Parts: sequence; C-alpha cells; structure tokens
Amino acid sequence: MSLLDQAKTSTLPKLLQRNAEQHPHGAGIREKTRGVWQTFTWSSYRDHVRDFALGLAALGFKRGDKLSVVGDNRPQLYFAQLSAQVLGGFSVPVYQDSIAAELVYVLNHAETSIIVAEDQEQVDKALSLKDRLPKLRWIIFDDPRGMAFYDDPILRSFDSVLKEGRAFGQAHPDFYETELAKGGADEVAMIAYTSGTTGNPKGAILSHRNLIATSEAFIEVNEVKPGDNWLSYLPMAWLGDAAFTLSLALVARLTANCPESPETVQRDLRELGPDAMLAPPRIWENMLTQMQVKGSDASPLKRRVFGHFRSLAERCELKRSDGKPLSLADRLGLTVGEFLVYGPVRDQLGLRNARWCYTGGAPLGPDTYRFFRSFGVNLKQVYGATETSALVACQPDAEANPNTVGRPIPRIEVKIDEHGEVMLKGPNVFRGYFKQDEVTRDTITSDGWLKTGDAGFFDKQGHLVIIDRAKDVGKLTDGTAFAPQFIENKLKFSPFIREAVAFGDQRPFVVAMIAIDMQTAGTWAEKQGLVYTSYMDLSRKPEVAGLIAEEIAKANTSLPDVQQVKRFLLLNKELEADDAEMTRTRKVRRRFVAEKYASVIEAFYSGKPSADVSMEITFEDGRKSTLNTTIAIHGEVAVEPTRRAA
Amino acid sequence: MVGGSAQRVAAREGDNQLVVAGVSKRFGGVIACQDVSLDVPRGGILSIIGPNGAGKTSLLNMISGFYKPDTGQILLEGHNITQKKPSDIAALGVARTFQNIALFSGLTVLDNLMLGRHVRMKAGVLASVVYWGLAQKEDIAHREVVEEIIEFLKLQDLRKLQTAALPYGLRKRVELGRALALGPKVLLLDEPMGGMNQDEKEDMARYILDVNQERGITVVLIEHDMGVVMDISDQVVVLDRGRRIAAGSPDEVQRNPAVIEAYLGTARKGGQA
Repeated sequence: MSLLDQAKTSTLPKLLQRNAEQHPHGAGIREKTRGVWQTFTWSSYRDHVRDFALGLAALGFKRGDKLSVVGDNRPQLYFAQLSAQVLGGFSVPVYQDSIAAELVYVLNHAETSIIVAEDQEQVDKALSLKDRLPKLRWIIFDDPRGMAFYDDPILRSFDSVLKEGRAFGQAHPDFYETELAKGGADEVAMIAYTSGTTGNPKGAILSHRNLIATSEAFIEVNEVKPGDNWLSYLPMAWLGDAAFTLSLALVARLTANCPESPETVQRDLRELGPDAMLAPPRIWENMLTQMQVKGSDASPLKRRVFGHFRSLAERCELKRSDGKPLSLADRLGLTVGEFLVYGPVRDQLGLRNARWCYTGGAPLGPDTYRFFRSFGVNLKQVYGATETSALVACQPDAEANPNTVGRPIPRIEVKIDEHGEVMLKGPNVFRGYFKQDEVTRDTITSDGWLKTGDAGFFDKQGHLVIIDRAKDVGKLTDGTAFAPQFIENKLKFSPFIREAVAFGDQRPFVVAMIAIDMQTAGTWAEKQGLVYTSYMDLSRKPEVAGLIAEEIAKANTSLPDVQQVKRFLLLNKELEADDAEMTRTRKVRRRFVAEKYASVIEAFYSGKPSADVSMEITFEDGRKSTLNTTIAIHGEVAVEPTRRAA
Repeated sequence: MVGGSAQRVAAREGDNQLVVAGVSKRFGGVIACQDVSLDVPRGGILSIIGPNGAGKTSLLNMISGFYKPDTGQILLEGHNITQKKPSDIAALGVARTFQNIALFSGLTVLDNLMLGRHVRMKAGVLASVVYWGLAQKEDIAHREVVEEIIEFLKLQDLRKLQTAALPYGLRKRVELGRALALGPKVLLLDEPMGGMNQDEKEDMARYILDVNQERGITVVLIEHDMGVVMDISDQVVVLDRGRRIAAGSPDEVQRNPAVIEAYLGTARKGGQA
C-alpha cells in the first residue's frame, strides 16, 4: 500500500511529521560545521520546519506562494523548502552559482516572494536584484557572517524567523497541525527549473505524489534501509538532489548529510562513508584521476602491487560480464587483492560502505566504469529527467552495464514511438510547465504520454538504451543518421578532452570542436617539456593538437566510417555556463554554440586552415568583454580502419 | 625623557587602545625610529606606510616586545608594556603576523592554529600527557575557538594539510588565523598582502575588514599596496627615515606635500621595507 493512500503520509512535510513521531531521536539530517558532524534528530528537524513555517506565516506567506532557496546544501535550506510546503507553498530552488540575469528570469517567472539565502554572497546577489523582482517581499539569510551592518528592511535572519514562528505558534496553537493536514498528495510541492539547453529555463511543476511515488518505486528495486547515510552534496536546484535528500530520505527515513563546504566534499565523503551514492560521470572520472595521480607518488613496490591487482580485477570483471566462470587462482587472487588493494582503495574513496552507487546525466567512459566495478564498487547507471521526478530507469545489481540505463522502475510504462523517441507514462510524470501551457501540450500527449525528447531503444535484455536528444539527431548529406552526442561521448572518454561539440547535420562529414582538459593536457605538456602560460596558449600548441588528433583517431575506431570525425579545432577557452554555452548542469547548449561559432563551422566545410572568431566573455561577476581571436583548424585525422576491431 | 612624557601620555590616552609615545630605537649608528608617536583608537584600522627602511617593522617589533625602545613608552589600555617580554605582551592581547611567513611548515594548518592558542593554555605538561579532566576539557575548548577561526577564514578544506604544501597566499591566511587564535585585542599585520595577486589581495582585505568589524579587533597594518591602504584604513601614519612625517585620514595623507615628496612621489614606491 502506498504512503500516498493515507492522509497522514501523503505529503513530504507529513512524512517528516511521521518520522518525528515514530523515531524522535533518530538522526534526520546532519551538517558538518567546525569540523564536527552536527545532528538534527527527526524531532528537531520537525521542530525547525514547524517553527520556520510558522515564521513564514507570520511574514504573510500563504498557500500557493513561492519560496526560493539559494546556496550550498545546508539543513536550513531544506527546512525552508519543507516549511513552505507545510503552508501549501511551492519551493523553487535555484542554482547557487547563477549569474544575476539568470536569477532574475527564474525568480520573476516563478513569482518568488521569499528568498532564503545561504550567506552574505547570495544576499548581496539578491539585494542587487530586488528592484527588478516586483513580487519579492523578504530575503532571509542563514549564515549571519558579514551581515551585521546590513540594514535593508527586506532582510531577516533565519533565527529571527524561527523566533517569530515560535511566538506566532503560541498565539495560534493549532495552526501548524491544521495547515499540515490541509496538504494533499496532488498539491504542488516544488517547481524545478530545467537547466535549459534551449532558450530560457522551464519550470517543471512536481506534486508530492510525483516525488513520493517515484521514491517508493525506487525502493522496490534498490536496497534502501532506514538509517542509511546519504551525502547531500549535489546542487540543490538540481531535482536529483531533492528527489533523494528530501523525498527518498523522508520516505525511507535516511539520514541526509551536508558537507562542510564544496571544497571539502571529498574529505567529508571519506569520513562519512555513505551507504549509497549518486554522482555524475565527471565526479567518478575525477576520483579515478586523483587516485592515479596519488598512486604515481607511491613507492615502486606499492605501485607494482597495485598494478598487478588492478589488472587482475579488470580481467576478472571482463570474464564476469561475459558470463565466464572465474578460475580458482583468480578467486584466490581477488581475495588477497580485496585485503591488500580493493578494500583500502574503496575506503580511501569513502565508498567502503556504499551498497550501490549510481552515475547518471551523461554516459561514463567504459574504462572508468570498469575500474570502479572491478574494485568492488557497485556502480550502475540511472536515467531520469526533471519532468519525470528525476527517475525513469535504473539497473538491477546483477545487470550493471555501461551501455544501457537499465530497466524502467515499477509502475512506469515506457515505449518507443515511431520516430525512436522514448515516451513514458506513470505517477512520476510531472504536472506540466509553470505558466507555459503550450509547451506542456507539446510535451505531454493528449492520452498522457510524456515525450522525453530522448532517442532510444530497448535491447534484447529489456534494458533501455539512450542514444541522444531526439531533436539533435540529424542526417549527413548522404542520408546517414547523425547523433552528435553519441560521437561526443566517444570523444569525451579521452582524459585529455573535457568537452566536445560535434556538427554534421546537412553536411557532408562530421567535424568537432574540442575543449581540452587543462589539468590532464597540462600535465602531459609538462612531461613533454612544453612551456605554456594559459589555457589559450596550451590550446594553440601544435603538439597538443597532435595529441588530440591521436585521441580522435582512437575514438574514430569505434565509430562507423561515415560518422568519424574528419576535421577538428581546439577551442581557446573552456565552454562556460556563464557564457551561456553550457547549462548549469554542464550540458552543452548546442544551438547556442552553433550560432556563436557560425564562422568556424563555415571554415570547417570550406577547407580554410583557420577561422576568425569574435566572442563575448562573461566574468564571474557578470562583467563582459569581447575577445577577438583566430582559431586554427586541424584536419584529416588519420583513420586506420584496421584498428576498428579493437 | 621617559619621566617627562608621562603627562603627555596620560593626556593622550582617552579612547586610544594602544599609545606609542615618543619611542626611539637605534642600532649602532642606524636610527631605526626617532621620537615616533602613534595613537591607535579602539576598534580602528591604522596603517603605517613609508619607504624602505623607514622603521615600520622596527616599530611593530617594539610594540610586540621583540625590541626594547631606547626611549619612550608604549601603553596598552593604559598599562605600560614597554619593558614586557613578547610572551607577556601576547598574553595581554597583542597578536602579530610577520613579513616573512613564520609558520611551522611541517605541521598541519590545524596544529599551527592550535599553537596560536598556546598562551591561553593552562594545563601543565604532566596533565596534558595524561589527557584527563582539565587538560582534555581545555583542549576541546581551544579546538572550538580554532574551528570557529577555520570557518571564519574558510580554511575547512585545508585543516589537515601541512602548511608547507600550501601556496603563498593561503599560508598568509593561515598566519592571520594563528594570530587570531591568540584571541587578540590588537592585531599587528606586517605586510599581509606582500607578494599576493589581485584576487588574493581582495580576499585578504575582506578578511581584515571582517576581523575589524565583526570581531571588533583593532588593527595596525603595514602595507605597501596604496590602493588597499587608502580603501580600508581609518587612519594612516607615514614614516620616513625613522621619523613620523604625517598622520591623518587617508585623504589628508594623500594630499600632504611632505608625504608626496617622501613617498608617493618617489621612484622608491612599492619596494620591500
């Protein structure tokens, strides 16, 4: 029986109330401050949410009003979201690193009346915008550091709102219980703004039913135990964080843990040793790189032991995935390796307790994937979108595979339409885009199927495979299908390539713009004795171009002939969210990039050796400047078809 | 001369937390400071500027007790500290950072900051070894103070790293943290921004302002970056060849012809003192 069928557990704040009543002394949420993990028990979690909700009521916050939180993961910002929901309000988390113009758009579109800001930095940003936010009534700040001399009457401290809430509660004794009881499963819980690969962000309306039903389905196919520790370190504005830290944690009674600061995540992860973990591919790749860097400083003996057991583990993992049995010698070796290498490595990474780990949002390189699997990390793929309450499919423990995204979770129907687009139906499908009915009608068909916009298919095993965004799939002039993301992902598996953007729709062949990875390419250059000063300088070195040409040639071997990258260039700056080239979740905004670099794309196909580009650069504080530069185009990557078998 | 200045000192004390009255210091034939006076108001930021060898660091060394002035007096909140030992002056609430970073490079950031609490620790050697009762309680209390400073200076991710492994700008910040760990009333900063890039300077200026405004600590600052000095100081004192040649608000000092001639106008601007 679903929690949603019972009036006492049909919303997120009601689940918090349930947890507080049944397990008042259990750990609800923790945060690391001043070097120590501080715990809020379920009852103190509830008390904070209740008092803050009462405080919001005292400030005039009503049903249907919107509250935005902005900042790094802090318990107080989670409290504030639940408090808004207690009163029937919507929570609208926004990206903490957004520049002013982006914030203005989202906050105005969402009609936010209260902003809860983490600290002085976020308050300054909000204050600088307040004249352009007609609906904004209050800015509430959590960390009082640096705020002593601010006297704007729009400001309130988090603690003062709690205090007002307690006073309001004494004057209105049953207010909290009455408001809480009014909430129903089909009321709106939050508006989650999509990162917006095309145009302005869109606000996806999600009900309590969406979030709770999705969490319930997830629990049926994954081992989730009450009291499990969860690290809440992903951006709060990304629905993936809300789906786990708010919804799943409340449904399954997990303990959410907020790291001390964004810089300490790695260390906090190790200290905490969470029972499960979710991370985008970038973080898994970072972990592997850092470990290799550290490993290269170890003594020769240690390096040899590590190398031996690593290759043994990877060999065995390959055998296992092919369904072949392991020999006795392999098994013995793995047991010794577990003791000497695998266990300690998992411990160093903070993954020793993790029963399952997910990677999602983008494909993970097969080498990285195999490394973690072979070292005993239960790493699997997950697939979801903001419009589907962050979850559609995930892989069962025994069916991990880097090429698929797994099976749809229970109670969700998935089909592939005649154009190859993934369509789905189920309780996880969102209610529509806020104030954009037309777009909503384009996204949800009249008979209730959500168009995900992703092109995909089901493999023989019954796993869903995602190829690309459906609208990005184009055709080369000879008529063969061209899926840019598919090609880009192959390129990005190279450690030296940070981002790649492939073009080819309505063109004779495929070309790619490459942003090199400053760290790995820089280290490589140092080893080659190359002197460089900056990213731009490094990207212009012919030796680096040669290196990338080799990497592209490698990637080409795994691509069909017509889809191979024929010409490429090295961008002289990284793609940046501040320059609108990427979304805040680091997805390339393809069309925007195509317009911005139009002259370059022309040069690709006209055969010119270089292109002049004039581009606008936005600094972190919002200042802009224009950069005029010439980018060299490298061509005719050597292709050795014989290597394709590898 | 010491006796004769007593009245002058008393008259000037008022709301000044730190008073330097007519101090002189001579090293053999070199006059480092000659009859220099300073009034440091409670809760203010006072900057000392001047060309190379003007006596700025010598003056700071006399305030913190590393040098004893030949003549003159130094008063902290009305108490004469002229002849006190550096450790006693530190215990009274005067902390400092050094022009050349003075941290224990083999120790972690945390340990360096804990050492800053040393003058405030009371447990004896034996009690500390046993680590029971008072010693343990005391250690935890000091750790709390240090953790608060780590948060204040955003050093959380560096807590367990050796200071030797840190870049220069961060080591300067750790040194500021160690000085703060002492729980000072007056903070003496000797070129806190020397050798930093623009970003690091802006950060450091922010921290100095926060130290001053939020923690209410009086700051005495030696700094060569005129932009920073003029931005954050309440008062500026200009030394040249051991003498005080001007004092006043940043604006007044910038307009003072003697200053322009001795310092701002000369090619020596920006050198190391």
